[in-house]
Parts: sequence; structure tokens; C-alpha cells
Amino acid sequence: MNIYHKQYDVLVVGAGHAGCEAALAATRMGCDTLIVTINLDTIAKMSCNPAIGGLAKGHIVKEIDALGGEMAKNIDKTGIQFRQLNTKKGPAVRSSRAQADKKAYQDEMKGVLERQPHLDIKQVLVDELLTEDGKCIGILGHTKTAYLAKTVILTTGTFLKGLVHLGDVSYSAGRAGESSAEKLSESFLGLGFEIGRLKTGTPPRVNAHTVNFDAMEIQPGDAHPRPFSFSTEKITQSQMPCYLTYTNERTHQIIRDNLHRSAMYSGRITGIGPRYCPSIEDKVVRFSDKDRHQIFVEPEGRDTDEIYLNGISASLPEDVQVEMVRSIEGLENAEIMRFAYAVEYDFAPATQLSSTLETKRVENLYFAGQLNGTTGYEEAAAQGLMAGINAALKVRGEESLILDRSQAYIGVLIDDLITKDIREPYRMFTSRAEYRLELREDNADLRLTEIGRQIGLVDEDAYDRFQIKRKRVQEELQRLNQTSLKPSPGTQDRLKASGIDEISKPTSLADLLKRPEIHYEQIQKIAPNQRSLPKAVEEQVEIQIKYEGYIRRQAVQIDQFKKMEHVRVPDDFDYESIGGLKTEAREKLAEIRPISIGQASRIPGVSPADISILMIWVEQYKRKKRQMGT
Amino acid sequence: MIEWDTIAAIATPRGEGGIGIVRASGPLAISIACQIFRSPRRISPQKLPTHTLNYGHIVDPSSGAVIDEIMLGIMRAPKSYTAEDVVEFNCHGGIVPLRHVLELTLQAGARLAEPGEFTKRAFLNGRLDLAQAEAVADLIRSKTDLSRQVAMEGLAGKLSQAVNTLSDRLADLLAEVEASIDFPEEDLDFMGFTPMRHTAQDILDDLDGLIATASDGKLLREGINIAILGRPNVGKSSLLNTLLQEERAIVTEIPGTTRDTIEEHLNLRGIPLKLIDTAGIRRPSNLVEQQGVERSKAYLDRADLILMMFDASQPFTAEDRELLGAAKARKSILILNKIDLPAVTSPEDLCISAPLKPIVQISLLHGKGVEALKSAILQEVLEGEVVLGDSPIVTNVRHHDALRRARLALVHAMESLVQEMPAEFVAVDLRSSLDCLGEIVGKTTTEDILGRIFSQFCIGK
Repeated sequence: MNIYHKQYDVLVVGAGHAGCEAALAATRMGCDTLIVTINLDTIAKMSCNPAIGGLAKGHIVKEIDALGGEMAKNIDKTGIQFRQLNTKKGPAVRSSRAQADKKAYQDEMKGVLERQPHLDIKQVLVDELLTEDGKCIGILGHTKTAYLAKTVILTTGTFLKGLVHLGDVSYSAGRAGESSAEKLSESFLGLGFEIGRLKTGTPPRVNAHTVNFDAMEIQPGDAHPRPFSFSTEKITQSQMPCYLTYTNERTHQIIRDNLHRSAMYSGRITGIGPRYCPSIEDKVVRFSDKDRHQIFVEPEGRDTDEIYLNGISASLPEDVQVEMVRSIEGLENAEIMRFAYAVEYDFAPATQLSSTLETKRVENLYFAGQLNGTTGYEEAAAQGLMAGINAALKVRGEESLILDRSQAYIGVLIDDLITKDIREPYRMFTSRAEYRLELREDNADLRLTEIGRQIGLVDEDAYDRFQIKRKRVQEELQRLNQTSLKPSPGTQDRLKASGIDEISKPTSLADLLKRPEIHYEQIQKIAPNQRSLPKAVEEQVEIQIKYEGYIRRQAVQIDQFKKMEHVRVPDDFDYESIGGLKTEAREKLAEIRPISIGQASRIPGVSPADISILMIWVEQYKRKKRQMGT
Repeated sequence: MIEWDTIAAIATPRGEGGIGIVRASGPLAISIACQIFRSPRRISPQKLPTHTLNYGHIVDPSSGAVIDEIMLGIMRAPKSYTAEDVVEFNCHGGIVPLRHVLELTLQAGARLAEPGEFTKRAFLNGRLDLAQAEAVADLIRSKTDLSRQVAMEGLAGKLSQAVNTLSDRLADLLAEVEASIDFPEEDLDFMGFTPMRHTAQDILDDLDGLIATASDGKLLREGINIAILGRPNVGKSSLLNTLLQEERAIVTEIPGTTRDTIEEHLNLRGIPLKLIDTAGIRRPSNLVEQQGVERSKAYLDRADLILMMFDASQPFTAEDRELLGAAKARKSILILNKIDLPAVTSPEDLCISAPLKPIVQISLLHGKGVEALKSAILQEVLEGEVVLGDSPIVTNVRHHDALRRARLALVHAMESLVQEMPAEFVAVDLRSSLDCLGEIVGKTTTEDILGRIFSQFCIGK
């Protein structure tokens, strides 16, 4: 064994969406960092859907950006179609989504990594995690070179014991055509980590030249595409359309006739798949009354003619896939370039992690991404970012950064992962966030940029821009609250001209804006601000005023919530020694080791009475400590 | 120190009559007293000195009605049991006004205390010694277990079923709203505002019905259901009349009850009881005996406690044995009447068929053993609850309060629906309404809602 001459602060294994964020965050926070991957040509690869964002995921991307992460900037540069979803709903659930140029996204991210000072990138197949006295000290590569580091972040995605299924064919692979990390899986088990098995699937890709787009519904991007990153001024590149088609009765018949040949239905797959992303076999069986299922026909990039058929992931054999695809309108002559497949993989239940994503079993070892049982590039990136931040903070000897459920979707994500038993790949939904009205895309910067700045991840330019925006928002809020209209004939005329009902008593602009039918532009006509404001500021002001009542009520709930979050449970608290807890609660608490009373209360199996009792003992512990200190 | 909310509870053992105390602790305690207490000289509790007892009345702020004549105790922080501001309303009447006062404190901004919560605060706020942690933890555990046990039984058990149904419908509605938020890209048909409003209104109507039943209506007025069973001429009517003569009847003759039965209400040392005399079930001329027994059995299901009467002067019959068998699994008291006559059936005869059941021997004709019977009834009703836990009545207040808050949230959701507010604003109130019902029947988790979505809608691109 040969030891690499250079020692690192942070070593990241895997260069997917989690790995890239982890490496960049740690490096930008001043750590000497190494990122290793099986294959340098698959950095930030989109293994499934070539898209970033969507409901709740768009929120996460904006949060990553506000904290100083890379994902938003990367998709802004390489997106080929941008759309805002839920525009007819309220501000909290509007979400951004973009189709990516898959290859460009990878190349762009690889370039960012390459240009980052103090970040080394290496193609290494990792065989083993090196430990000493229960602490992780580095990794051993397949070619027998060891790399030593103060902290190691594992982001291996589906590569642990990955098993690809296509009908009755199955073979070991991390992704179709790429080998899985078999030795690392063993090393992992050797360290005593508990593992579970999950499944996910991906649909076929077809050649655009064999697709009849005229038979499909066109889906253009937004006329005014909105960037993900708070630092991106404008999306300037041209956009490509997507298309929509549907399965039909014949498609369903083909699937039903061949169910026995589906890997999933013949019982060869043991892993649990996501309910929100069912295979087409599943959809046809479970919702047999639906006469059609939609398929989004999405380009994979500008310089490729591969087309992603979003909606028909399958584990059927190749001949059935051909028959199935060709039964669909517009795809009658489609030539499949890559077949759909299902992949089973090992994951490490994240209840083995603390809130910083460091493992409880092995110190200085962090897990992030799909390895923790999540699905989605955004969820992975968020964990990578937080693991990178916390590894860097640990190396710097500083207090860790834990976002709570009222601060960010990222907080909801990690809190859920480490307190709950995950039974299917975990995806974010807005309904998972109790404080959804507060956790909006539009205010992600107001929520998190200050934090990103404090830890040294948000650069000066971005921070200056943020401060200016925050100031403008405050000034405009003040102006609208303090400017009052009197019901004079002149005012009434101006109101009428702008299509606004008369006022009966002196009314502030803010109160006017609270009326459901009135928008900021109308206010601007009646009482314009001398200074022209950026769109984002106008939007922010309108949201804060219009939904003030709801936002205030949510703020009260958040206050209540924070009280219990702030009661910390000491790290070395001994659950075995205390009386009164139910056995199930005691076991769960001892396993998860919550950081706060609030977090303890979210662990399934822990009742309010258990929480009361826990509070008594925590208080006793703290008082004893104080007594001993004095 | 954490700034807590304000909690309230009945702080004295119940069923004792005499004085009962409602205690409130927390930052709002004094302001709650201001809202519901009126002294003869109209001195605001804000101005009353600490650690004093003050004469006055509890007045319902919404109606202006005087509820009870009381002494108000004021103890300001930090020199109180909990180290917070504490007020105590020392009430006179039995459980009914006591409960009313408790409800007023909740409407004025308090939250009903969890079992053992005053003591928990006392400890966390440094009023209790370090060494008492063990005792406090034990107290919380035992009170919680006790209150859960009480909640599972009788009155509360019945309510839970109704609440479960409502909670289920509300969760379905929320799943609909959440699906429309999280899956806008799917090819799904969602309810429009109008049908959603109708569904919400239906749930609201049923919730209103339930609140009317659970509050001052049926549950409290009816109190503990007690059925009197036995053969004809065993003395069921006489027993009813004896008990009614001696105790104050609150209500007689409830309209709408089956003409076969007589329901009478009485207040036994502060505990409201409803007696169902099944004397009328059997009309000998047109019903065979077997049918009579069947119908008596039906009453068993409704009763919280069964008084099973036997005639000491007559032989123990097969019919007696069958009734006894049916009552075996239920809380019941066996009464051997007519002990003034020569004994044919003895307590031992009863004991063989139903061991471990309390047996009381009485002579209604001579008024003998009636006091012993009352004690036995109280004993059974209050069984095992020596410390003040969540009595059925308090459990009832807890449920009523949760229902009231569930209703309020649902009304908010309705308003948002009427104004056609975006879905997430509707969802936030549906969610909190569901959470309030969850305090009675167990929390509906996000996972439950997602499960509903994925089983009802075909989701997945």
C-alpha cells in the first residue's frame, strides 16, 4: 500500500450532485479537499430525468443557492427550458423547474470543480474506508493507493451493490453500463453499518429523428424564464420545447399481457420503489380505470437527439419495451437508444446519522445523497452541501450548522431523514413542511444568505447584492405602509382610472394592496415610487403585504416550535439511566439521539408524556452539571 | 427558563362535593382572571395583591351570566408553586360549575394542562429539588397512563369513534388539496372550490353536532350511563324511586327516549348519573320471555355500569343466570333485594355465577342498605382513581376544547375557500383542524396524507 503524499481536510467519495456540492462547499470554506469518482466523465451526471427543480425541489435549489451552493448557477447556465409551476396558486407553492442540457450540465460542473483552487479531483475506484480508533482517516483506492483526510464524505448514490433489472435479465451495475462499487460495499458492512434495499427506475430514451412530434402536444417554456440563482441576472439562452403524448388502451394491453416478464412483477426485485414515481406496469395495474397516462417527451440536450420519455419507467424486457413504446401516438416508429431499467441498491438508513450528517458509528465520516435513502438531484445536492459545510466546520473546530424545519426545506429533509424510518426512496414534497407559508422560493435568500455569509460560503458580491435587495424591500414596505391616500375626489378618480374601487376613509397603500383584486402594478400607477425597483423586490413586497395575516399566524407557530428546538439534549445523555420512559420510546431515543426536545418529539413512538419525562431528566442533568461546575 | 404558555386544570379530587379548585398558571393567568372574575367592588385582579384570597363571582364574559360564587387566589411569580403567575378559583358547586369555570379559562386563552404538568413546570422552573426528578417523572407517567385508561372507557370511547370518522373525512379533503399543490403537472382531476366548500361545510356541520353533544349537552347531562336490570317485580322501579327521592334530580323525562324505558338523571355527590330503568321492556301479554331478555341485553351495551337486581325471597332462576352471564364482562354491581323476607337466594348463589362482582344486600321496603349501594356505585364509577387524574369529566373538557379549536380552524379554512384563496392557505387551516382532532384520536402524520394521495391519485411522471 502506498500513501498519497498529500493529506486532506475533507475527502469526498463520489462526484454526483451530492459530492460536487460537498467538495465545493468544503473547499470554499477553506479546506484542502479531494474529490474522487469512479469515472471523471460522469461528474454531476443526471442518471434519470434531465431536469432540475419542480415542486419543493425548486425550493431546495434556491436554498442551496442562498447558502452559497452551486446547483442553481449551473442549471441557469445549462438549462434548455425554464418553467414556473403552480403560477395560479399562492406564492409559497410556486416552484421553478428547468430542463437541462444533460451533457452541458456535467461539463459545466466539471469545469467549476476544475477551476476551484485547493480542490483536487481524481479518478479513483474506492475499495475501502480506512479507520483508526473508530474514526475515519481516509480511503484505499483499487490501485492500492491510500488517501488520508481529517474527514470523509461518502456520496455513493446507487453504486453500493447496485443491481440493474431489465425483464428477466439482471446484472451488477451502479447505473446501466457502469460498474458498481462492490468492494466498498463490503468495507461498509464491515464497519457495522445497517443497510436496507431500495429500488428505482428510469424510462427509455429514443432517437428524436424517429419521433413524430407533430402528433404530440407542444409544451413551450415560459416567455420570461426566471433564473434559479439569486446571482443570475437573466436567462439569455434560447429555449427548447417539450412535448406531451399519452399511452392508450393498446399500450396497457401490451403491458398487462407481459406482466409476468416484468422484473418487478415476477418478484425478482426485493427493494422498495417510490410510490410517487411508479413504473408504467404499476400505473396500469393499480389504476386500471385510467384509459391513458401522460408522457412528457423531453429533449436531453441541444447537441444530442436522445429524447427522454418521462412517465414510462419500466422493468420490462427489451422486446416488450419496443412494442409498448411503438403503440404510443407519435412514437410509432421510435427507435429506442437506451432501454428502461430498474435498479436496486443498498442504502444506509439515515437514523445512523446525526443532524450534521456525520455517522454516529464512525467519527469524521459523513453520508450524503441517495446513499441515505433519498431520491432526486436536489435532495442529494442539499445533503452534500450540508455535509460539506459541517465537515469543514468540524475541521475548523467550529460549531456545526443545523438548519431547523422552520428555516428551510433542507432542514425538513435532514430532520425527517434522521428521525424517521424511511421505507421508500424519500422525495421532498411541500406538504412535508409544517411552515410551508414561510418556506418560499422567493424568500430563500432572506432566510439563508446571512447564514451562508457567516460560515464563509457566500462570496462578497452575492452578499452585497443580497443586502441591497433586503434594504430595498424594507424601504418599500415602509413607504407602502406610511403613504396614505385620502378619499378626495382627485384620488377617487385616479383609483377609478386604475380599476380600483373607491375608498371611504384614509387608506394606506399597504391596505389597498391587501385587497385580493389589487396588484403591485396598480399601486405603482396611483402612487409611484420615485426609484424603479427590481422585479424581485416588488414581488417580495407584494407577497409580504398581501399575505401578512397568514404569514403572521405562521410566525406565531414558528415561535412555539422554536422553544422546544432550543431545549438541547446533551450529547452524552444516558437514556438507560432514567426512569419513567416507555421501553419503545427509550430504545428509539437511544438510537436516534435527538439534538433537542423538539426533535425528540418528532420521533415515531415517542409520546408527549415521554417528552415531559425527558425534559425533567434533561433539566436534572443540566442542573447537576452546573452544580459540579461551581 | 422557557417562556411557557398558560395552562389550566381542575386541581382538586372530584366527586367530593364542597369546594373545588380550578388552577391556571402561566403568563396569561392574571389576565384570564380579569376576564372572568368580578369582585363586588369591581377591583381588577391586576390590582389585587399577591398571595391573597378574594371574594367574588365567576361571570361568563360572553353572556354576562354569573356561574359561581368563588374565592380567587392570586400568587404572582416567582413565589408560586410553578414559579409562574398562578390564579386559583375556589368554586362551591359540584362538578358542573367547576367544569364551566375551567372551560371559561380555556376560552380566555389557557390550554388544558397535560397530566402532571403543573408539577413538571415547578420542577423545570427550579421550584423543586433536584432529587425529586424521579418522583416527578413517575407522577407524569402514572397520571398519563391513568388518563389514557379513562379516555378509552365510557364516554370518551364513544366520542372517539365519531371523531375518527370526522378526522378521516378531513384527511381525505386535505389529501385532495395537498395533491393539487404538489402534483400540478399530473393529469389529474381535482375538486373545484365549490365541491370542496360543500365537503368542508358537511364536515363542519357534523363537527357542530358533535360539539353540541359533547359539551353542555348529552354527555355531561347524561353523565354516567347506569342500567338497572332484573326480572319483573324484583324492585327495579322502587330502586329508581328511592335513589331519586334522596338525590336531587337534574332532569326528568328526556323527550325522544324509547317509550319502553324510563331514563332519570340524578347527581350523586357531584357526579351526574343517568339511570335507565328497563322496567318497561317487558310487556308480558305480547312478548315471550326470551325476547325480553334479548332487549335487556341490548341495554347492557349502552351502559357504563349495570345494577343487576335479584330477589332474595325467590329461587335463583335460569333467567337470572343468563342475565348474570351477559353482565359478567361489564362493570356491574349485583343487588340482592328483599332481604327483609325469608332468604331463598343467598349472596353465595350469586357469587358462584359471577365471582369478583361487588354484591350489595338491600331492602328497599325498609330503606336498608341504600347508603351502602350509593357508596358502591361511587366506588365503581371512580374506581382506581384516587389521585386527581383526567376524570371522565375532565377528559370530556379536553375533548370539547380540542373540538372547539378544530372547529375554529375549519371555519378559517372555509373562509379561505369562500374567498377562493390559493390552496396552501386552505391547507394550513385544514391541517391545524386535523391536528386538533388528532389530540383526541391520534395524530394524522404527513405520511398518512401522502398515503391517501398515492392511493387515490395516479401520481408519477
